[in-house]
Amino acid sequence: MPELVINQGVEIRNAQLELHRFRVRLAVSFVLVLAVYAVLVGRFFYLQVVKHGELHTLAEANRISIVPVVPNRGIIVDRNGTVLAHNYSAYTLEIQPGKVDDLERTIDELATVVEIAARDRRRFKRLMEESKGIGSLPIRTRLTDEEIARFAANRYRFPGVEINARLFRQYPQGELFSHVVGHIGRINQKELDQLEADDRLANYRGTDYIGKIGLEQSYEQALHGTTGVEEVEVDSGGRAVRTLSRTPPVSGNNLVLKLDARLQEIVYRAFGDFRGALVAIEPATGGVLAFVSKPGFDPNLFVDGIDPHNWSELNDSPDRPMVNRALAGTYPPGSTFKPFMALAALTAGKRSPQQTISDPGFFSFGGHVFRDDKVGGHGLVDMYKSLVASCDTYYYMLGNDLGIDGISRFMSLFGLGSRTGIDIKGEATGVLPSQEWKRQRFKRPEQQKWYAGETISVGIGQGYNAYTPVQLASAIATIANNGVMFRPHIVNYVEDIRTHERSVVEPSPLRTLPVKPEHLAFVQQALIGVNKEGTGARAFAGAGYVSAGKTGTAQVVGLKGEKYVESRVRERHRDHALFIAYAPADAPKIAIAVVVENSGFGARYAAPIARAVFDYYLLGKTPAALKDEGDKADEDGSRD
Amino acid sequence: MAPAIRRLGGYLTRHVDGMLLGTVLVLMAVGIGVLFSASNASVARISSQLMNILVALGIMWAFANVPPQHLRRLALPSYLLGVLLLVCVALFGEIANGARRWLHVGITRIQPSELMKIAVPLAMAWYFDRYEATLRLSNYVTAAVMLLVPVALIVRQPDLGTSMLISASGFFVLFLAGLSWRIIVGLAVAGLASLPLVWSVLHDYQRQRLLTLIDPAQDPLGAGYHTIQSTIAVGSGGVLGKGWLNGTQTHLDFIPERTTDFIFAVFSEEFGLFGNVVLLVLFLLVIARGMVITANAPTLFARLLAGAITLTFFTYAFVNMGMVSGILPVVGVPLPLISYGGTSLVSICIGMGILMSIATHKKLVQT
Repeated sequence: MPELVINQGVEIRNAQLELHRFRVRLAVSFVLVLAVYAVLVGRFFYLQVVKHGELHTLAEANRISIVPVVPNRGIIVDRNGTVLAHNYSAYTLEIQPGKVDDLERTIDELATVVEIAARDRRRFKRLMEESKGIGSLPIRTRLTDEEIARFAANRYRFPGVEINARLFRQYPQGELFSHVVGHIGRINQKELDQLEADDRLANYRGTDYIGKIGLEQSYEQALHGTTGVEEVEVDSGGRAVRTLSRTPPVSGNNLVLKLDARLQEIVYRAFGDFRGALVAIEPATGGVLAFVSKPGFDPNLFVDGIDPHNWSELNDSPDRPMVNRALAGTYPPGSTFKPFMALAALTAGKRSPQQTISDPGFFSFGGHVFRDDKVGGHGLVDMYKSLVASCDTYYYMLGNDLGIDGISRFMSLFGLGSRTGIDIKGEATGVLPSQEWKRQRFKRPEQQKWYAGETISVGIGQGYNAYTPVQLASAIATIANNGVMFRPHIVNYVEDIRTHERSVVEPSPLRTLPVKPEHLAFVQQALIGVNKEGTGARAFAGAGYVSAGKTGTAQVVGLKGEKYVESRVRERHRDHALFIAYAPADAPKIAIAVVVENSGFGARYAAPIARAVFDYYLLGKTPAALKDEGDKADEDGSRD
Repeated sequence: MAPAIRRLGGYLTRHVDGMLLGTVLVLMAVGIGVLFSASNASVARISSQLMNILVALGIMWAFANVPPQHLRRLALPSYLLGVLLLVCVALFGEIANGARRWLHVGITRIQPSELMKIAVPLAMAWYFDRYEATLRLSNYVTAAVMLLVPVALIVRQPDLGTSMLISASGFFVLFLAGLSWRIIVGLAVAGLASLPLVWSVLHDYQRQRLLTLIDPAQDPLGAGYHTIQSTIAVGSGGVLGKGWLNGTQTHLDFIPERTTDFIFAVFSEEFGLFGNVVLLVLFLLVIARGMVITANAPTLFARLLAGAITLTFFTYAFVNMGMVSGILPVVGVPLPLISYGGTSLVSICIGMGILMSIATHKKLVQT
């Protein structure tokens, strides 16, 4: 058949040829289809065979979430089992910000169901900023049963909001132990960094709180425990579907203190309205029996994060309740320095007990007159009398004879001017002056030079001298313990909650001081004399035990040549009253250092507190009225 | 009685292609099985999808009974109606999810771009058929314009996925109609050269999708999340899969859109490489049968239409599986006959019905 042709030059196509061409194109497209499917198969092979292991791991990682199980924090009890810090379970209303579209509105609506105060909102906002909205954040804590029931009935309205039972830390003794036990608080960035540096961060997964101050801080590792792990299957929203495995947490260990809560309370009350600090130590062990810094604060305020109002109140108070005076407050020891000076003189051979001086009531040195408190002087004074009557002139002269570096070397044996190593953090070093200390302390050469005149004030515990109550308590405890020194420690032992195994904190002495027993015995006798016939006699009149002590008064403001008249001096400029003591004198069970800030004479204000402490601790007597007794003390014209 | 039933049976099956129907039914059954797992045994989903299947099979049967020449007559009017509706969308359309795709018509709203998925290849096949005897370059140009007008309108909505699929189906018609290889190569080169220009007119979210394809980890919680999670699902399935109902990615809600566009991730996780290959073979059976029907179709119109439908079916399956396995960008394309949803099921079944019609009416036409 010939090719078909053609009207008007238009070509009529060959139908068979066209069909053939079409089928070729169809075949080409089928080959393309196969090729593309081969690419798909290749991709599947790559994903499902080559990369299977890796992607399988990823799917498992998606599926399985490791949920930390926070351990119960150990509790803290005093020597008699009185609870100082414990945990209680309470219901909290928590929001997962990631699951809530409009936080403000959700909180507004929640407020119609449970009470949400402005304070709760502020705290929530702060938590949001700190956590960057990750996790479950409390909007309300300690829900009542009624509130739980009301929320449960309205739960469907609040996706992303749930009620959780959480453990809360509580300090039932309130401010009484604020400076000893301290408190916990939410972990901050600095603490996170520290945990990471110590490689302890993993154990804090899920833990929101950490010890901030006091024993809660220093025994953090013992108290915290070991975080458990729960492997749970989760969906993409992070909701747990089921538990696959569980390693239970190990609760933190309990702290059992040397401290006596009743004694602590008696001390606290004995201070009345005064500020100050008292540290009581068991000389034979170094165990701390009472540790008071007044005023304190309610540590419970800090547990959930303190609200700005309470914070500024505590922070701005002129009484500075946040300062741990017993640990970080440094005070000139005043005349409580004298027994140590006497011991230094005996040890250095600069004085014998019998050697006497004649006290005219002042000591002149380099054209400067150093006054004794007793106008006209004490007359003939030997070492015993120098302590019992607290003669300044004796120690002006002694200071000059020993020299600053002699004093410094000897006092450092007692740990004065260096941290005692007590088991809470934040201890101040204090100042034990020496030529070397002055060189490092000051910048200008003329300030760096030590003047012999400065040594004279140091001799009576004034001048640059500044020690913490803990240092003073530790030093007097060492005298009471015949020169055997322990590191002061508040915790008696750490108790493993499961095995009940006890690890004692400080079982062996730190050192024995290189002083002769007869020298120590002499100073001890003189200190007994202070409370029997000297400046402490009034406070200890009629005590049913023999005690040893030394009064002291620390100048807050230097008064140039004037006679100090208490009533004329503004309250904050009044002298600090000090007292160091121990009892019973023959076998000391308790040694204390007391500082009563801005009160006046040590014999009048500090010694009665010591009396109350001893009466309770040794005889079980609870004093009725401390202040009345104090008013009658100290009438012999001597300040100390 | 028996002859009556036989007559009824004969009437029902006269225009049904057994092999095509069989494969389609197997795929639908697979789809129900996967949906059962993907929806966590949701009775509502399953029964609703069974309903969709029944309706779609009914429509397929109806289209199988419409002779191709009737479709030919409907080609131009449906195309023009479609373009008109697209213009209306551009002018008065309703905006949903940042795109203007819907048009309110009385009580309901319609998406004219769906209509165009069939209307464009239908109209182009009609056009080539009409000028079959005298095809020249100008005819190809005209056909290309017929394609580009609706595509341009859909791109503007914007709906990149649909416009690309319609472009593909139109291109298949042009290709099967004998578009010169030189032009095809030329267009490919020009297309590559114009990529920067295309990039500049893309919307931010469209660019993001393309960037995410190159590196899903770039935006793991946003645009890359779908791809990362579905890739993990596919890969963790391994050779034999985790077993039906055992896909952790699926059942713990890590796969988004797991009953619709991403249902292949569910399938792949639970049935592995083995299941994937079986599924590809099933799709290939549909495509091969479609090709055979195309090759034997009596008229150019039927050939072009059947070819375009077959290749479009292939394209849907490829784009969907490519997207789930992370080699194509995330575009809203369901897996044919498997994904949950009535619209896609109906449009696929219309195509299958047309294929059956072409397969069974050719003898009548040839005489």
